[in-house]
Amino acid sequence: MSAALDLITRVRGVRGAMLVSTEDGLVIAEQLMEGIKGGAVAALAASLAGRLRRAMEAAGTGASVFWHLQAEQGALLVVPGDAAGGILVVAVAEPDVNIGLVRLELLRAAEAAL
Amino acid sequence: MADEIRALSAQLAQDPQSLVFLRLGEALRRKGQLEQALRVAVNGLERHPHLADAHDLYARILTDKHDYERAFDEWDMAVRIAPHHTGALKGLAFLYFKVGDVEQAEAHLAAAKRVEPDDPSIDQAIEMMRGGARTSARTAESAPAPAPTPSATASTAAVVSGALDEARVFAGLEGANEGLLLVDGAGRVLGGALKDGGKDVTDAVAAYLAGVSQEAARSVKLLGLGAWNGLSAEGQHGSVHLGHPTPEALLLVVRERGMPLGRLAILAQRATIMARRWLEKQT
Repeated sequence: MSAALDLITRVRGVRGAMLVSTEDGLVIAEQLMEGIKGGAVAALAASLAGRLRRAMEAAGTGASVFWHLQAEQGALLVVPGDAAGGILVVAVAEPDVNIGLVRLELLRAAEAAL
Repeated sequence: MADEIRALSAQLAQDPQSLVFLRLGEALRRKGQLEQALRVAVNGLERHPHLADAHDLYARILTDKHDYERAFDEWDMAVRIAPHHTGALKGLAFLYFKVGDVEQAEAHLAAAKRVEPDDPSIDQAIEMMRGGARTSARTAESAPAPAPTPSATASTAAVVSGALDEARVFAGLEGANEGLLLVDGAGRVLGGALKDGGKDVTDAVAAYLAGVSQEAARSVKLLGLGAWNGLSAEGQHGSVHLGHPTPEALLLVVRERGMPLGRLAILAQRATIMARRWLEKQT
């Protein structure tokens, strides 16, 4: 688990990474910089992932395999449950992070965590 | 017309390098044979990539096919090659007017007038545009969407008049009626539509969006990341981008999986600008 998270936190601009249970939003493993509330982020990421999945399924795009929430001062990047066997792989990053690279590492970490 | 097309085709066959493809493409376009016109224009462009008239012809055909994004790119290219190309300037004016940017539309018509000061259709178009901009907000929702036919030779005034009827929220944008959705904060549809394999899923998706937006706002607040400004997601069969053109509205763009997320974000940006303008007109 820890090795999987290492892949993500090694990317410049990533402030932390977590494995989260899709079902209950609890943290399975985490590597976070100080000040990031892992438990709360995990719960919200799981809730958002669930709502997004329902919206995307209604739109006919199928469940998401990667999503990226952009904000003024950072971003939340996630490879959700279906692609990662019931877990969310989550990264918290700076706004100017290389999204393509984080996406790749999240997908690799999801494979490694399975 | 059929004889003219036959004769022009024969000339082009004899000399594929000649510029007769411009006349042939235009004749086919006027006859409504858009696929053939498109082939002629594309072949011509391959041989004459730096010819502004070729880009202008291609843009007119694309406009007849309602592919306004690519038409814009082609007219833009024509003006870069030949800044005084009146056909391209009129075409760009038409497209700017369609998205509600009257200022840019007028600027392009004014540029065309400087090149062709004796063309009365340009003054007429400017007049009509000024009047139309005042009334379009009132007529927008109930108006049907006829096929516009801008051309260097057609009356610019008629073209602008046609555009007035298309002043709906995403008129002219790729996927306006099947892949773009504007809703208010309570999940009520304001404009656009979503289809999944021909089935209308607009209301079903709209109902979920308010919840997604609330969770997105809570997540970034908790992380101290400031306001959220977009959510992109890749699905198994398609991708989506959710943004908010105004604090009270949400915009969803849905596209097939083949479209990269970066391009989706650009498209979403354009749709956001259009939605913002449209919302401003409604208030």
